[in-house]
Amino acid sequence: MRIARINTTIKSANGDDQDLSLLDPLIAKHKGKKGNLIPLLQGAQEMYGFISRAAFDKLARETGIPLSDMYGVATFYAQFRLSPVGKNIIKVCHGTACHVQNAVEITESLEEMLKVKDGETTEDRIFTLESVACLGCCSLAPVMMIGDQTYGKLTGNEAVKIVKNIRLAESN
Amino acid sequence: MPTIVTVGLGSCGIAAGANKTYEKIKAIKESDKLDFKLKKTSCVGMCYREPLVEITDETGTYLYGEVDADRAVEVIEKHINQQDPIRNYIVYTDLFDAPENDFIGAQVKIVLRNCGYMDPESIDEYESREGYEAIKKIAADQISREVVIDTVLKSGLRGRGGGGFPTGMKWKFANANKSNDKYVICNADEGDPGAFMDRSVLEGDPHSVLEGMIIAAYAIEATGGVIYCRAEYPLAIKRLNIAIKQARDRGYLGKNIFGIEGFNLDIYIKEGAGAFVCGEETALIASIEGERGMPRKRPPFPAVSGLWKKPTNINNVETFANIPWIIIHGAEAYSKYGTEKSKGTKVFALAGKVRHSGLVEVPMGMTIRDVIFKLGGGIKNNKKFKAVQMGGPSGGCIPEFLSDTIVDYDSVNATGAIMGSGGMVVMDETTCMVDVAKFFLDFTCKESCGKCTFCRMGTKRMLEILDRITRGHGKEGDLEKLEELAYQIKDNSLCGLGQTAPNPVLTTIRYFRDEYEAHINHKKCPAKVCRPLLTYKVDEEKCTGCMVCLRNCPVKAITGERKQTHFINQEICTKCGVCFSKCKFESILLS
Repeated sequence: MRIARINTTIKSANGDDQDLSLLDPLIAKHKGKKGNLIPLLQGAQEMYGFISRAAFDKLARETGIPLSDMYGVATFYAQFRLSPVGKNIIKVCHGTACHVQNAVEITESLEEMLKVKDGETTEDRIFTLESVACLGCCSLAPVMMIGDQTYGKLTGNEAVKIVKNIRLAESN
Repeated sequence: MPTIVTVGLGSCGIAAGANKTYEKIKAIKESDKLDFKLKKTSCVGMCYREPLVEITDETGTYLYGEVDADRAVEVIEKHINQQDPIRNYIVYTDLFDAPENDFIGAQVKIVLRNCGYMDPESIDEYESREGYEAIKKIAADQISREVVIDTVLKSGLRGRGGGGFPTGMKWKFANANKSNDKYVICNADEGDPGAFMDRSVLEGDPHSVLEGMIIAAYAIEATGGVIYCRAEYPLAIKRLNIAIKQARDRGYLGKNIFGIEGFNLDIYIKEGAGAFVCGEETALIASIEGERGMPRKRPPFPAVSGLWKKPTNINNVETFANIPWIIIHGAEAYSKYGTEKSKGTKVFALAGKVRHSGLVEVPMGMTIRDVIFKLGGGIKNNKKFKAVQMGGPSGGCIPEFLSDTIVDYDSVNATGAIMGSGGMVVMDETTCMVDVAKFFLDFTCKESCGKCTFCRMGTKRMLEILDRITRGHGKEGDLEKLEELAYQIKDNSLCGLGQTAPNPVLTTIRYFRDEYEAHINHKKCPAKVCRPLLTYKVDEEKCTGCMVCLRNCPVKAITGERKQTHFINQEICTKCGVCFSKCKFESILLS
């Protein structure tokens, strides 16, 4: 149920339209330090929401870390995204407690409403739907997180309502 | 003494709406110019009653449950303005009988001693509750490193992350290896789905973890500290950062700390990037070093060659949180609790079909039955208790007939499960054990780092077999194949992930073989969970003929007229379940 890491359907994964100079302070902070690869990737992702090919190239060039090593690490960890994401990332928890409380229904209801499959982004780029392993709010199962907000004790209908409200707020 | 109103703002409190409660109370306080102190605290473990608000006045302390913004208005009006506590809303107090008095009363809070009782962002409050007294005692009484290690050894504390290795021994090994650089690492990568003990300690009492690390660093002569915290816990990371800064400002981290000449230590946080396998200590070290989190061969053990190949000691969050208490109160006081080989207390995260889901800390030695029924309040909706899953994806399912098993490391291991980090997911008759086994294998298969062939491919093959079984294509010989693969994977994997991934399958086959056989031989799912094995039929008595199911059926298997009973054609039905979820009159029957 994890998001597909390399998604080639969205063209701007190349990063042609990105301002890469934003990466300069990040590189300056971590350059030459031991074990800097993961913080570098995390910093780049925080800036752009994902790590584009162009960003990888720049990081590899300026830090001396081989591109293959970077890809090896970026594709190993679930956190890193290599294609653009929506403005709001919906994380539906599929941990054990949420699973036995029917988390599958939440994902299915949202898939139907947003007309995307798990791991994909909506056409209008407002939402990305993800399944995650465990958010640690097991007593409120089933749970989903959108941005920093956690929503618990959900049913499929309630999840759909919450997302609809966010969409309305976005269009205003 | 002014009245104090405290709102619980742990992650689950916030998810239940506690932020709104806090803002509402703050607004009323300001607009009506009321005279009381408003404070924040973290999770006290009673997650099923969140949002929680505690009021302490001159008569005593009262804990109110389910206080949403509206109820908050009521409570402030009656309790604060009219000095009239609302008994119906009170869940815990020591002044009279309240519904959750037993829940708190049966617990022994050592690790959770401060969680829910203080503001986690205040170092002063931590210090007012014996905080940093342990390390100060060590410095003042000039207690030697050997004595500190001996104290921890005598206490009987075993690794709380799941390994159960005697902590004192680990420290002894790390201490014995001399080097100019040594490290102490806190494993805060709590990856077990269904476990949130470490999250609560990090959010609710971050200084206790820091103090535990400082004491460990003293014992092994470490020069640097790292907390590896999973990125999915942003509040924990925020609180840890605040705590570290406060400790630095007060001189508790830095050079010659606590007046101990030559004791230099600083701690930084390394955020995880989403890999369950990084909870394994050598994979965790690889991750800090900026590599893929792939476990390494042991020996050499981290105590000899760990982070950057230097002697390193790694302990779990809960293990560290125990240390200051043990130093202050002594090894004997700690070993008074627990069983012969499993001393002390353990924090459990109760989740699933249990009424009281939340955190409980109990002495080792209680039976599973007591934990689930006395503390957990029994099964929701009066359903029947079927099994409890302990130890996450490395553990196993303990069936109802073994409920009198004592909860300690060795007794739980004997059932085929493991105590693990403390996650206990309770299951009832509506849980399909084959589905649970498939769920866990799906998880470990995806989280496998890929290094060992048997783990990488074996889990996938086991998953394929389980998937076939849940779809109604189980074959003769499947169970034997599953068992054969399971033992091969266990024997041929380098790290704990592979060695324990088959456990959920093995325990469910051992205790619930009849469910597997029903799926394979009779193509039926007794718990009515595996959709391809269910038949959907319209209940002729309840159907109102509203046509909602008909319109939503993706394969047009339903026929019927408005206000006439509908009919599902079993030949066309793909068992997707949409009709069942859309029907507002519960007229679709599953069998």
